[in-house]
Amino acid sequence: MEMPVPSPKVLAKKARVVSRLSQILPRDAVISTPEETRAYECDGLTAYTCPPLCVVLPSTTEEVSEVLKICHAESVPVVPRGSGTSLAGGALPTADSVVLGVAKMNDVLDVDYDNRTIKVQTGRTNLSVTGAVEDDGFFYAPDPSSQLACAIAGNIAMNSGGAHCLKYGVTTNNLLGVKMVLMDGTVVDIGGAHMDAAQYDWLGVICGSEGQLGIVTEATLRILPKPEGARPILIGYDSAEVAGQCVSDIIKAGVLPVAIEYMDRKVIEVVEKHANAGYPQCQALLIVEVEGSPAEIDDQLGVIKQIAHKHHPVELREAKDAGEAARIWLGRKSAFGAMGQINDYMCLDGTVPVSELPYVLKRTGELADQFGLEVGNVFHAGDGNMHPLILFDANKPGDLETCEALGAEILKLCVEVGGCLSGEHGVGIEKRDLMDVQFAPADLEAQMSVKDVFDPAWLLNPAKVFPLDVTASRRVLQRPAA
Amino acid sequence: MSQRRVASFKDRRPDPVLAPTTEQEMANAIALAQTPLSIRGGGTRGALVDGDALTTANLSGITLYEPGALTIVAKAGTPVAEIEAALAAENQMLAFEPMDCRTLTGADGEPTIGGVVATNASGPRRVQAGACRDFLLGVRFVDGMGNVIKNGGRVMKNVTGYDLARLMCGARGTLGVLSEVSLKVLPKPEHTATLIYEGIDRIAAIQLFTKAMQSPFDVSGAAWVAGDRPAAYLRLEGFETSVQYRAQALTDILGPAQIEGDRATNTSLWQSVSTAAPLADRDGDVWSVSIKPTDSGQLMGVVAEENTLIDWAGGRLWMLLPKGTDLRAKMNAVDGFATLVKGNGLQQFHPETDPLAKMAAALRQKFDPKGILNPGLMD
Repeated sequence: MEMPVPSPKVLAKKARVVSRLSQILPRDAVISTPEETRAYECDGLTAYTCPPLCVVLPSTTEEVSEVLKICHAESVPVVPRGSGTSLAGGALPTADSVVLGVAKMNDVLDVDYDNRTIKVQTGRTNLSVTGAVEDDGFFYAPDPSSQLACAIAGNIAMNSGGAHCLKYGVTTNNLLGVKMVLMDGTVVDIGGAHMDAAQYDWLGVICGSEGQLGIVTEATLRILPKPEGARPILIGYDSAEVAGQCVSDIIKAGVLPVAIEYMDRKVIEVVEKHANAGYPQCQALLIVEVEGSPAEIDDQLGVIKQIAHKHHPVELREAKDAGEAARIWLGRKSAFGAMGQINDYMCLDGTVPVSELPYVLKRTGELADQFGLEVGNVFHAGDGNMHPLILFDANKPGDLETCEALGAEILKLCVEVGGCLSGEHGVGIEKRDLMDVQFAPADLEAQMSVKDVFDPAWLLNPAKVFPLDVTASRRVLQRPAA
Repeated sequence: MSQRRVASFKDRRPDPVLAPTTEQEMANAIALAQTPLSIRGGGTRGALVDGDALTTANLSGITLYEPGALTIVAKAGTPVAEIEAALAAENQMLAFEPMDCRTLTGADGEPTIGGVVATNASGPRRVQAGACRDFLLGVRFVDGMGNVIKNGGRVMKNVTGYDLARLMCGARGTLGVLSEVSLKVLPKPEHTATLIYEGIDRIAAIQLFTKAMQSPFDVSGAAWVAGDRPAAYLRLEGFETSVQYRAQALTDILGPAQIEGDRATNTSLWQSVSTAAPLADRDGDVWSVSIKPTDSGQLMGVVAEENTLIDWAGGRLWMLLPKGTDLRAKMNAVDGFATLVKGNGLQQFHPETDPLAKMAAALRQKFDPKGILNPGLMD
């Protein structure tokens, strides 16, 4: 993956930039020695690394604003960072960039049960937002698998989803307001605890903009009363087509499960070996979870079982208690870890129309054979968000490149059937160079013109999202002092 | 100043001069235009600006409907009625319950799906299911230079590139004219029941809503309507046994209620809330206020009880004010905004403060450098 050549002018003034930043921040909030900046050289996409010029860890919105004013004046690119769990390289630095981490800003500022909102600083982790309200019977719905570590700042940047977004939506559907600092240091307040926007839907375009429009320091989030209970059912089928049909029929029947998860044979085999969840050996395994009171759950599972039986499952197992429910989820939750134990893998994130799932799974298998690599599939079937895991050997020369080439083909396939490159991980650097598969030049131009308004000098996370050749003139020409 | 140009459709109703039948025709027309265009679908949603009328009414038809994927794609001018009929045939619906503005505005045009998206029009179920913008999967639109642009798509989860679809939703054509929209739909609930609490005032209603919304019982409508016997209404939807269970559970918390389970009665009751019917056909301007529910008490003093309608569990206040009264002047530091839905002479939308106002102007300059797309409407 190509990254822009760092600006020699910026590299040459490292001492001055660090000195200016040190004047406005506490001593421990500026990190500039090579030993220490190495900790920030990559995010969850570990195949790519580059230590930044320096790292700053501000504690307040005012400090963020001061940092950005300096970087703006010095024409130094800024790479925002939440917890660094991005799988797309969204927080990958360049050598001439200042990494701005929000990790120190993790307070709960306000909990308002009457209006069902919570206001937090965005360095707070996703799970600890729920942690702040769960004793009172509430939760924050978006639940990316990295929720123990990932920060709300990153969730907003990537518009993160999770297994339960089939019912509750993704970050953009649960974000009510932000305090955001623009690249020139201006602080803006958008939204609040009320619904919808007075004029333009600024929150809509900020959410998912991958840290390219501003640095969000505070967020007002919707919290929901916890459901009375939840219970999963496990359904095994001998073919992907039949499993896909079953998913479609469940959705059509008017049941709205909170999650419909899918695992293929490859993943089942690995998971069984490592987690011993007692899954049946079959081509396609579905875990469907519903919520409500015990009686409501029985009703919904009744409808689902009826549909599932019509398609002749090889196994159908309903959780009767919390222990059995945990056992059903155990394998799914350990899938990524188990796959990682047997191999290096690359996790894709394309979304396809639900009706195209069987075809895409079949084609993915054929493509994998062509490239001589194995692919396992474990994903959110209810919304068509696929996560093909391509297995490769990082120590084998050329294997990463083959893996990336196969990944690109699979993502092109997703676009071809009416889907998209990324359902919840974001574009980052990983899918940046495939953007013109999904978008025409005018489509990309329209998106980039939004960045022109928020960040005219293209200093915020500039080497992400859009193909480098498309952004080259903006990145260079619009920075007067660089 | 912009509001000069904003006239009610009742005051002035130019004959549509541009009614393209294809997206490309529309793109060509916009590329050639040098003077303001007054953009509409069916022209039912309030103020139209002065200028040559451009209607999307002839860009009509459902292009894709996959019930099993809960997805519908339609050209912008497709009548809402046509879409709702197609969905009903598969027992599905637009879950955000788009408002039919004709009850308030008295317009006789045909509401279009493009108009719904352009105005982010959502009804009572917004409090539980989300707004139009939450169900919008993708758009195609023509910008002010005549470029055809697509954003989003037709899949449920999509974070590929910036979310311009949501930016277009509610932008009322000022950043581009929608040519096609794609929406997530939901199954129609099997059963509906409404808990009716008669004889309670506005403040008590907000307290009732707060308790109800803090429960896990999935209330999908929470409204208060004035009248001889003012009443608060709580809607429950889903499988019949579930609705019955939750109705019982809610009355255990909130106290006994009259329970309305008849389908037709429920439909007309919630349609009346959705269209703000109790405030229609009355003298004065009608405002919609989006507000933090517990702040709504601060605004109650502005109008008498009979001139109020509450929706979204207190998150939306409909208010009837004497003509020409600017409600925004009375809002002070309240967290929220007010929109003039029926009335003339005042700017329709709550002004943005700097730096957002400057950024909005800069966005319009990027998407509509000729300044021809509904100019003045959102300045």
